[in-house]
Amino acid sequence: MKKISVLDRIFLLATGLLAAYQIAAGMVGKDLQTIWFYTVGFGTLLVAGLLLIILGFEGLESQAVVIVSALIPLSLSLGLVSEHLVEYTIPYLVFCVVGFLAIAITRFSVTDSTATIVLAVVHGIAGMIIFLLPIILSIQGSSPAGYALVGIGGALIGVGGLLLAFLRMGKPILSRKTILTILPVLLFLMTAAFVGGFSMV
Amino acid sequence: MENKKQIFKKIKSKYFPLIKSLQTVLLLITGLAGYMSSSCPVMNMPTILALGGSLFLAISGSTALNMWYDRDIDAQMPRTCKRPLSTGVTKPREALILGLVLSTIGISWAVSLDLQYGLVVFAGLFIDVVIYTIWLKRRTAWSIVWGGISGGMPVLAGRVLGTGEIDWIGIALAVAVLFWIPTHILTFSIRYHEDYQLANIPTFPSVYGFQTTRLIIAISSVLTALAMGLAAYGVGMTWGFLRIMTVLGVGLLVLAVRSLTLPSDRITFGLFKYASLYMLGSMLLLFFAGL
Repeated sequence: MKKISVLDRIFLLATGLLAAYQIAAGMVGKDLQTIWFYTVGFGTLLVAGLLLIILGFEGLESQAVVIVSALIPLSLSLGLVSEHLVEYTIPYLVFCVVGFLAIAITRFSVTDSTATIVLAVVHGIAGMIIFLLPIILSIQGSSPAGYALVGIGGALIGVGGLLLAFLRMGKPILSRKTILTILPVLLFLMTAAFVGGFSMV
Repeated sequence: MENKKQIFKKIKSKYFPLIKSLQTVLLLITGLAGYMSSSCPVMNMPTILALGGSLFLAISGSTALNMWYDRDIDAQMPRTCKRPLSTGVTKPREALILGLVLSTIGISWAVSLDLQYGLVVFAGLFIDVVIYTIWLKRRTAWSIVWGGISGGMPVLAGRVLGTGEIDWIGIALAVAVLFWIPTHILTFSIRYHEDYQLANIPTFPSVYGFQTTRLIIAISSVLTALAMGLAAYGVGMTWGFLRIMTVLGVGLLVLAVRSLTLPSDRITFGLFKYASLYMLGSMLLLFFAGL
C-alpha cells in the first residue's frame, strides 16, 4: 500500500477546507432541502478527506468505502435536481435511496459482477446528471457559463468514484499505485471545480 | 551566541516536553474559543493576549505537575518511558519547581484579570492536579470524569471572562469537552492497554472490557456532539457553521459506531485522532463565529 505523503495530506486538507467553505457559505439563497442535499455531499467529502489524512490510504481498504463514496455523487446530483428540476425531486430521491441501498446490499450479499453492475448503473446515472445538467443549463443561458465548472467536477467525481469502486472490488482500471497517487489531486480538483461552479450562480 | 543556543537546546530537551505542547495548545484554543463565543462588545487584543498567556501558563503548569507526580508510572510504560523525567534528563525537583512557578504565575495573572475567571482557571488546575492526578488516577478508572471536568475548565474560563458570568452556554461548552475527554482518553487506553496494565493503572478496558469501553466511547461521542451543537446554537452561530459542526459530529458518531461494530486498532486510533480534530474544528468554528 502506498504511504500517504505530506503533499497528499496538503491536497486532502485543501479539499476538506473547500468542502467546509461550500457548506458554510456557498449555498446562500437555496431552499432548505437543496442545502441539505448538498451538505450531505460536501460533508462526506470533508469527513472523507479528514479520515484519509488520519488513516492514510489504508483507510480505503474498508468495505464501507464503496458505499460511502456513492453518497457523494448521489447527494450532489440530488441537490442539482432539487435546485433545477424541482418536479423530478421526489422520483429522483426515490432512485437515490433505492440505488444507495442496492449498492450497500449487493456489496455483501451477491456476486461481484452483480454488485459491479449495480454500482456502475447508480454511479453512472448520478455522474451523468452532475456532468450534463450544469453544462446544459450554461449552454441554454439559464445559468452563467462558469456554472459548467460543476459539470467538470461531475466528470472528475465520476472518474474518481469509479476508480475507487473498481479498486475496492479488486478489478482496478489503473494500477493501485497510480490511483492512490492521483486520488488526492483528483479530489481537490473536483471539489475546487464544484466550489468554483456553484459560486457563479 | 553559543550560550544562547545551548540554553535554547536545554529548554527544548529538558522542559518543553513537560508541558505536552499539543494538548496544551488544544486546551488553550478551547479557552480562546470560549472567550470569542461571548462576542464580547469590549473584546480587545490586550485581553485576548492576557487570556492566552494566563491560560497557557496555568495549563502548562498543571501538565508539568502532572508529569512530575506520574514520573514513576511513566517510567514503567513503553509509550512514556522516554520522557525527560523518566530518562533522568530532567530532575524531579526541576519539574516540580517549573510546574509550581508556571501555575502560580498563570493563576495570579488570571485572578488579576478577573476574579471569577481566575477562580475557574484555579478550579481546573486543582481538579487536574489534586483530584485527578494525585487522588484518583491510580485508584479508579472513573478518574477520567474528573480529568474531563478539568479539561472543560479552560473553555468555561474563556466564556466567563467574556460574559462576566457562568451561563448555560459556558456549561454546555464545558460539558462538550467533558464528554469528549472519554472519547479521547478511552481510545488511547484501548490502544495502550498493555502499557497501563504494566503500570497498574485502572482503566475502563481493564475494568469493564474493550466492548463496554467502545460502547461508552460511542455514547460519549453522541453526547459531545449534542452538547457542542446546543452551545453553538445558543451562541447564535450561523446555519452554515452549524451545518459544518453537524457534519463533523456525524463523522465522529459514524467512527464511534464503526469502532463498536467492527473493532480494529486502526479504527480505534482513527477515532482518537478524529476526536481531537473534531474538538479543534468545533472550537475554531466558535472562534471565527465570534469575530
